Amino acid sequence: METVAKPLETRTLTVSMGPQHPATHGVLRLVLELDGETVVECTPHVGYLHRGIEKLSEHRTYLQIIPLTDRLDYISSMSNNIGYCLAVEKLLGIEAPERAKFIRTMAGEMSRISSHLLWLATHALDIGAMTVFLYTFRERETILGLFERLCGARLTVSYPRIGGVRNDIPDQDWLDELKSFTDEFPGRIKEYETLINQNRIWIKRTKGIGVIGREEAINRGLSGATLRGSGIDYDVRKYMPYDAYDQVEFEVPVGKEGDVYDRYRCRMIELEQSNRIIRQCIDKMPSGPILAEEMKYILPAKEDVLSDMEHLIHHFVLVAEGPKAPVGELYVSTEVPKGELGFYIVSDGTGKPYRMHVRSPSFVHASVLGRLSKGHMVADVIANIGTIDIVLGECDR
Amino acid sequence: MLNLIIILVKIAVVISIALLHVAYASYFERKVIGHMQVRMGPMEVGWHGLLQPIADGIKLLFKEDIIPANADRHVFMIAPMICFFGAMSSIVVVPFFGSFKIGAYTVGGSLADLNIGLLFILAMSSLGAYGVILSGWASNSKYAFLGSLRSSAQVISYEVAMGLSLIGVIMLSGSLNLSDIVEAQASAWPLGWYAVPQFPGFAIFCIAALAETNRTPFDLPEAESELVAGYFAEYSGFRFALFFMAEYMGMFIMAAVAVACFLGGWNPVPGLGWIFPPGVWWFLVKVYVLFFIYFWVRSTLPRYRYDQLMALGWKFMIPISLANIILTGLWKVVF
Repeated sequence: METVAKPLETRTLTVSMGPQHPATHGVLRLVLELDGETVVECTPHVGYLHRGIEKLSEHRTYLQIIPLTDRLDYISSMSNNIGYCLAVEKLLGIEAPERAKFIRTMAGEMSRISSHLLWLATHALDIGAMTVFLYTFRERETILGLFERLCGARLTVSYPRIGGVRNDIPDQDWLDELKSFTDEFPGRIKEYETLINQNRIWIKRTKGIGVIGREEAINRGLSGATLRGSGIDYDVRKYMPYDAYDQVEFEVPVGKEGDVYDRYRCRMIELEQSNRIIRQCIDKMPSGPILAEEMKYILPAKEDVLSDMEHLIHHFVLVAEGPKAPVGELYVSTEVPKGELGFYIVSDGTGKPYRMHVRSPSFVHASVLGRLSKGHMVADVIANIGTIDIVLGECDR
Repeated sequence: MLNLIIILVKIAVVISIALLHVAYASYFERKVIGHMQVRMGPMEVGWHGLLQPIADGIKLLFKEDIIPANADRHVFMIAPMICFFGAMSSIVVVPFFGSFKIGAYTVGGSLADLNIGLLFILAMSSLGAYGVILSGWASNSKYAFLGSLRSSAQVISYEVAMGLSLIGVIMLSGSLNLSDIVEAQASAWPLGWYAVPQFPGFAIFCIAALAETNRTPFDLPEAESELVAGYFAEYSGFRFALFFMAEYMGMFIMAAVAVACFLGGWNPVPGLGWIFPPGVWWFLVKVYVLFFIYFWVRSTLPRYRYDQLMALGWKFMIPISLANIILTGLWKVVF
């Protein structure tokens, strides 16, 4: 008998990273083919948090859908609410009063700050800088506290309404507190930056990692800071202004290389710009009503309902059947912290949407993950997940 | 007979203090990092959370000892013991204080005054790498396996730099015995600390010690965000506690070696001798200052990537420590 020596062969190791994994920001699952520490193939799997929000919407009146949009990107529910309300307002042909616009802009930017702070916290924690995480949560706590006093909820706010906002700013104290927050926030940003901006390890871990070229960024349909990091100047707030964004001044930061570091810088500058927008909103805040007066579409005030027959009828019809939107379809997009959030609504003339599609930036961004991670090391996969800033609630819907 | 009693008493004292130390080093770490991160750290159990480590220990003791279905049972059970044994046995050569006499008997500052103390510590800390790689292999988990591969590669590469960085000290003192090294430092130029003439060696040693004990920024083997917990991902209950204690004992050993070899051991800090005479207190103060730096680094720095860690070890630290040896040799020849 003769034995033939088998040549030694190496195999790749298949690792399922997630859906339960501390760094996948929810329930993202990545199937990694590893050759040692190098990623040969990375396949993202989504859908573990699918709740059927789009389908559920078809069985809700326009007024009832607002709380569902809270659950899209649960870190910045305010921005989702605003995006949805704007879409329905355009469908119904109504416009929010000036004061409501400013309040929405202000609240939207507050939610952008809170979302970016959470992004920075988890991104830094994934790369190993632990302290940034706790520093940012200190400021995030202030914002969530302000949200609570504004509308009673910290996370799932459901504060904007079709045609305005639910209630006015509680009192002058609230505004003063927000103002003092904006006074000290730039100093806080400096604090985070001193920890990581010039840190050699941070730079080594982020520069030249996860590079997305200009062409690719556009072809893949990226948006938000993930797109701007690649050097493309596109921001819905600037180029298709909604609410009060045409009345405030702000800059849109743009990166150069399109790597993890550039996107980090973009978001850090966005934090400063959001702060600037909030300050302008406080200064320019006009007085007046906070909800458009359009009995056919908007719930009348409670005291009117109790004292006036016509208001009572409208209230009953609106609650029972929803606002009867004109037949048609439209797409409205807004700039949420993660990117461009679009609502595509098809109306068949009833009080419920015939079809509602959510164009969620996280879903689009998750698609680039496989390409970004290929050929890099395991540790870079984590940095890449952080840098595209996805939230699985919005990705899976 | 009296000799035997002294040895047994010393063993009992050192081991109980060492285990208590492990518990309170974790408390110290949580408090220090807590305050650096604008929070309080443990506050609930006892006054300012002082009983927290005890509560943690009791909790771990009573936890179920889970062994994964497809694990290699025997290796899985032995691995944490190897780690713990490696860490605990190193402590016998640590010189806590200078030897003194009670009547006719000399009480040595360490449990065993080995002539090759430094070598013994290096050997024992390498032994810990076996525990790590065996635990990762036996767990039959891919994350644990990756973690153990990282850890063994890291420990092996940084052990080289660490050993080389200590050679300068050995050349200056002419001994491998830690007590002798401490004694020899008293006359060293200019402060009575080898940390000054051997500064490159000291720096390399401190960095390598961080890597050797898997601390930030070299905590890749247990990188929470990448590998969940690394090589001990599958361990629970007291087997996990053994790894945990081994890690803190490892930190203590490394800090103790740094103090003995570079910072004058039990001798007072230069210029502060009038506060306390030389003794174990000086040794512990220095060790805890180093601990504080460990924690400070942990709360400040991000984590290196695997290839960057290897590059730092082989391309930067080993050449520098080799150059340090050559310079020390020239110094010895010239002066």
